[in-house]
Amino acid sequence: MATLQLNNIVKDFGGTQVIKGVDLEVKDREFVVFVGPSGCGKSTLMRMIAGLESTTSGEIAIDGERINEVGPADRGLAMVFQSYALYPHMSVEDNMGFSLRLAKVPKAERREKVLSAARILQLEPLLDRKPRALSGGQRQRVAIGRAIVRNPSIFLFDEPLSNLDAALRVQMRIELARLHEELDATMIYVTHDQIEAMTMADKIVVLQDGLVEQIGSPMALYHHPCNRFVAGFIGSPKMNFLDVEVREASSEGINVALPGGDCRVPVDGRGVSAGDTLTLGIRPEHLKLDDEGPLTGKIVVIERLGGVTSLYLEHGDSEWILVADGDVAHRVHDQVRFSFDPTCGHLFKGDGEALDHLHRHPLVDIDRKQNRVSSAPGDQ
Amino acid sequence: MIRPHFPTRFLQWGTPMRERTSGRTVGGFRNLFLQGPAVTLLLLWMLVPLGMTLWFSFQRYNLINPMISGFAGWDNYTYLLTDPALWTAMGNTLLLVGWVLAISVIGGTLLAVLFQQEFFGRGIARLLVIAPFFVMPTVGALVWKNMLMHPVNGVFAWLSNLLGLPVIDWFSSMPLTSIIIIVSWQWMPFALLILLTAIQSLDDDQVEAARMDGAGPLAIFWFITLPHLKRAISVVIMIEMIFLLTIFAEIFVTTSGGPGLASTNLAYFIYIRALLDFDVGGASAGGVIAIILANIVAIFLIRTVAKNLET
Repeated sequence: MATLQLNNIVKDFGGTQVIKGVDLEVKDREFVVFVGPSGCGKSTLMRMIAGLESTTSGEIAIDGERINEVGPADRGLAMVFQSYALYPHMSVEDNMGFSLRLAKVPKAERREKVLSAARILQLEPLLDRKPRALSGGQRQRVAIGRAIVRNPSIFLFDEPLSNLDAALRVQMRIELARLHEELDATMIYVTHDQIEAMTMADKIVVLQDGLVEQIGSPMALYHHPCNRFVAGFIGSPKMNFLDVEVREASSEGINVALPGGDCRVPVDGRGVSAGDTLTLGIRPEHLKLDDEGPLTGKIVVIERLGGVTSLYLEHGDSEWILVADGDVAHRVHDQVRFSFDPTCGHLFKGDGEALDHLHRHPLVDIDRKQNRVSSAPGDQ
Repeated sequence: MIRPHFPTRFLQWGTPMRERTSGRTVGGFRNLFLQGPAVTLLLLWMLVPLGMTLWFSFQRYNLINPMISGFAGWDNYTYLLTDPALWTAMGNTLLLVGWVLAISVIGGTLLAVLFQQEFFGRGIARLLVIAPFFVMPTVGALVWKNMLMHPVNGVFAWLSNLLGLPVIDWFSSMPLTSIIIIVSWQWMPFALLILLTAIQSLDDDQVEAARMDGAGPLAIFWFITLPHLKRAISVVIMIEMIFLLTIFAEIFVTTSGGPGLASTNLAYFIYIRALLDFDVGGASAGGVIAIILANIVAIFLIRTVAKNLET
């Protein structure tokens, strides 16, 4: 039950700026995911919030109170580490109760709190085991349990699922989301995996080179990326980009030239004039094979996933990725034509900034909670 | 050689040949043949001196009077075991080993934590602190005897004078303590070296998790660092004990076991018997007693260490 504010946070490691002024507002009970490529500063930012790294300048506040000078233990946060960081010589129970033991909580009360956390995570049969006798998923749950026992105002997760195998990751993802609802806590989650970000976040913060590129709901980032970096980073396979020339631009839309004829993208074209070069971005899943389509390419690679098939196409200098359904019978070297729905297209200016769409996507403001059956009573 | 496709163990009931799942045989004549030379050499190396010691310990064998010879029965042992000097020497041995172990392990652990911190010139400081271990025991003991603990020329005497305190004649007033100090000085760097490498393998995340859990530096040391070092500490104790039971050079160079028997340990006691009293028989009996003592210690020690290493 806490809010978090970051005001112009800067981190300087001996002359190298790793975080270059980040502003962020995390609301109560929100699930915020920091996502970005390796080295973008997302883990550093989380460690600064945790108090494990000092803040060079700027202010970190929890519930409006500045905590820059408060030690990591007194911020009321709990962190789950990527390596789990369980204490190997302590049993699961001692691991989970370590913070209480340091806080000199009486033994009976300690046990009670550990037991109630263990109940939430189904860890009760494992309480006497040492961490090395646990599987990866169980260790993960113990690490989360250790955080729950502290009853923190904000949970911090530093890539907690990256050491798990794929099947377990899916399971833990759902479990974490369930936990978020059950605990009603504010959670901040760092990951480089965009599926984790898209499925769990109320709000995604995309970071690159120590700067926030965009903050928004998963659907907002997918449908209305604010620049080329976010457009390329969110979505898999990556968005296709093609340099195009503007034929005509107005506040009603922009006509751009494509090899097989013009196409009209419904974006705000003010400030753009005919003859300018823009970058057209289309997601692979919005391209479709079409014998009358305006675009053409030769298949270089086919990746068949069963349900869907990814086609890697080549046309002159440009490369395209197209996601078609699983029954595509084409072979490598086939020449195919394809088209797209121009309302799904994005246009980016030379500096990478996106031109605003005329219509907001209807799902942009959808709440994550509306995506699943809630376990909490009173909700629909 | 063509191997049958079904496991050979079904063919050879009752034979010692076992087969691993990988298909390799375990044991058997070929292995014995390959291990033979090494094992034989080790056995000879161990058994011949042991046998000779045992043999001499039951002989009347004194270099001063070669005319007295022949089988002595248990005489050497009864003579030795009723000699209060043996018990003094044994007590000194245990005191020496115990104190040096305590000082070097506790000091080594604390120094390891200290030298793990970042500070200017850490590399040089680490090198210097490990240096005593590379000094020959005789040289080290002589340096301590003549330059540090000497009641007239020593640095300690000079310091005492400077502070107006009475000068201590280390080797005559507290001989065993002096030797414990010298040997600790030599072995602390060894403990430090092993424990420092162990401390470096401590996962940073664990320390950070403990910090988030509210652990201060002392709590981190007690609950995280020390348990992590448990294994390394038991290895240090085991190795040091093997060497400390046989300390000789330091005593020989400084106090010669004196005054009286105040700094005589078992090794030095046997030396006195054999090469000062020329009583080879008695010295051999002392040697056998030393072996028994070492084995008693070793059984307890290796058991605990092995248990520690298992987990």
